[in-house]
Amino acid sequence: MKRTLSVLVENRPGVLTRVAGLFSRRGYNIDSLAVGRTENPSISRMTIVVDGDEQIIEQVGKQLNKLIDVIKISDITDDPYVGRELILIKVNAEPAVRGEIMQIVDIFRARIVDIARNSLIIEATGDADKIDAIENSLRPFGIREVVRTGKIAMLRGAKTRGMEASGNDTGE
Amino acid sequence: MLFTIGDRAEAKKLTGAGIIIKALQAEGVDTVFGIPGGSVLPLYHELAVSNIRHILTRHEQGAAHAAEGYARASGKPGVCIATSGPGATNLVTGITNAYMDSIPLVALTGQVSVEMIGHDSFQEADITGITLPVTKANYLVKNVHDLAATIHEAFYIATTGRPGPVLIDIPKDLTTQRAVFRYPPKLHLPGYRSKVSPHALQVTQAAAAIAAAARPLLFIGGGVITSGAHEEVRQLAEGQDIPVVMSMMGKGGFPETSPLFVGMVGMHGTAAANYAMCETDLIIGVGVRFDDRVTGKIEAFAPQAKIIHIDIDAAEIGKVVTAHIPIVSDARQGLAALLEKLSGKGEHPAWRQQIRRWQEENPLHYERCGLKPQYVLEELYNLTKGQALIATDVGQHQMWAVHYYPLERPRAFFSSCGLGTMGFGVPAAMGAAIARPEETVVVITGDGSFQMNIQELATISHYQLPVKIILMNNGYLGMVRQWQEFFFDRRYAYSEMLGNPDFVKVAEAYRIPGRLVMTSEEVVPALTEALATPGPFLLDVKIDREENVFPMVPPGGTLNKMVTGGRGA
Ligand SMILES: Cc1ncc(C[n+]2csc(CCOP(=O)(O)OP(=O)(O)O)c2C)c(N)n1
Repeated sequence: MKRTLSVLVENRPGVLTRVAGLFSRRGYNIDSLAVGRTENPSISRMTIVVDGDEQIIEQVGKQLNKLIDVIKISDITDDPYVGRELILIKVNAEPAVRGEIMQIVDIFRARIVDIARNSLIIEATGDADKIDAIENSLRPFGIREVVRTGKIAMLRGAKTRGMEASGNDTGE
Repeated sequence: MLFTIGDRAEAKKLTGAGIIIKALQAEGVDTVFGIPGGSVLPLYHELAVSNIRHILTRHEQGAAHAAEGYARASGKPGVCIATSGPGATNLVTGITNAYMDSIPLVALTGQVSVEMIGHDSFQEADITGITLPVTKANYLVKNVHDLAATIHEAFYIATTGRPGPVLIDIPKDLTTQRAVFRYPPKLHLPGYRSKVSPHALQVTQAAAAIAAAARPLLFIGGGVITSGAHEEVRQLAEGQDIPVVMSMMGKGGFPETSPLFVGMVGMHGTAAANYAMCETDLIIGVGVRFDDRVTGKIEAFAPQAKIIHIDIDAAEIGKVVTAHIPIVSDARQGLAALLEKLSGKGEHPAWRQQIRRWQEENPLHYERCGLKPQYVLEELYNLTKGQALIATDVGQHQMWAVHYYPLERPRAFFSSCGLGTMGFGVPAAMGAAIARPEETVVVITGDGSFQMNIQELATISHYQLPVKIILMNNGYLGMVRQWQEFFFDRRYAYSEMLGNPDFVKVAEAYRIPGRLVMTSEEVVPALTEALATPGPFLLDVKIDREENVFPMVPPGGTLNKMVTGGRGA
């Protein structure tokens, strides 16, 4: 079972190591992890896709919550959300097949971002299914290199959802 | 001379080292344990003229364990200091030990100057990286203006919620730079929740489950000691007529002399406690984490039981066993809420009688011949009237100490439970003796463990700490030998301690009096002498070499299938 967690963290040094370390140390499987800062520069958002049964997902949530720098965790898997990945694909492209490749690029509403004598770099964004599909369609031409970001996700509408109440300790 | 305004502002500033001292004082720290070195010299320069007492240990691991012993005995956070690089890495085992047993500890480490960090400079180690998985939080401070606030935050995090170790790495140049000392009254910790109150509905459910149970069992752990829930545990057990079992961390959390006390559960638990765990229909787990040494094989653990689990750390609930009624709360608060909801007294005569029968059929037992460690502990108990503070190392002697030295009060037993660190006992006893100078502190150790931090004899000797060392000397890494006897065809591969020194002479070299004990007749006079002699004392007790710890649940086995050695349990 894959779950998508949206995690707000304090933008402090070592946070990524802490989160990644927690996954490896406790033997959880990260499918993907993407981080970037939010509208508030002191806070970052991580989108973590994790694979595991219900008990594991619950532990992941609880263990993440224990990290001092983790402000809020939302399991958004069952909520309406927009999820995106970005892929860059460097594909073999002799002049004779370029037309065909460009058609595929059009169909997926992707973009060609670099042209060399025998190759093209294609950029596409979308959910994992679409990304997989474009990668598969280009495979017959000979893929030289693929780079994918992890998934980033945002809830639709104004909603946010917590796995557990978030903390706010002032030390008083 | 006249000051200009600028001079006056400058005069109000302190060095980073001065700020650290002031912050420690603001946290109420009166004692620290450590060893100086290049990168902490400015700090030591200030420490020497402050009112904070510094205990010089002989190894940084000793400093960390001593700080932990101090914390366990006093209930206050322990503080240790080490220099950068090797000093800091020597703390790691001690920090990990505190992490596993949830003990509040603040470790201050020196670091190379800010501009040298990352260059593999002399005595540089990435100690925040190294300790990331074994600290509750850690910091590398890079600006002198952040020092005070970081120390404040570190103490707060170490001591609140589920306590644990926090490390602060401080580059040397920060300790000589100047800044105004400002202690922030408030902390900004948006991701931290230290206070959790028991959920009313869950407390009501727990109370109903207790009222409905036929064979309830209270299972207490270290959280009872940490939160000071001793009295609440007693009220619940006595008021509802519920027998009590404990993890090793729970020792002292309930009077072991009470008729309701059944014993420690788990791999080396008593037979009655383990049978009770298998037959109970309701476990009330309080401040305990269902460790694998306690549960045995999970699938076969407490098959008929409903589980109430009270713990301050939500992540502990459901981590190992499924809790039917979870209560995320401080143990004391959780129990207090529960006591309020319980009306009337409980009665479980049949269940109590069943447990009594198990106890009578499987008493703790050893052969009364030769020189037996159990006998030494029984006599120690008699002579100290059960009132000594007991620190142990790790091995067979640790298990004998749990079984043969019953305790009535909390904060009187110090042992490395979660990590099982040999070498913990002696420095932990040192820390306890410093925290509670009016008490008698006894270390029960083995010849293997003792030699892992034997250099701390110098510290004990120098400060004349009243630490009585009882060395259960079997000439083996005894627990290892026992496993080899049971599970590896008696092939004692490298578990015999060949080349042991004359321990009485070693003690003497450190100006600590000692005595060799060869026969059981000598035990009482030797213990009497050790206890009557002011200051430290060492007894080198040549116990029967192949004495085993019983009962024993083989690793991965189920609790009711114990090896008893054919002599009862
Ligand atoms: C630092 C460390 N290294 C190794 C072990 C593995 N170990 C567990 S018990 C034990 C033997 C302990 O021997 P001793 O201290 O003489 O005590 P005894 O069992 O003989 O009472 C060993 C080696 C450990 N627990 N800690």
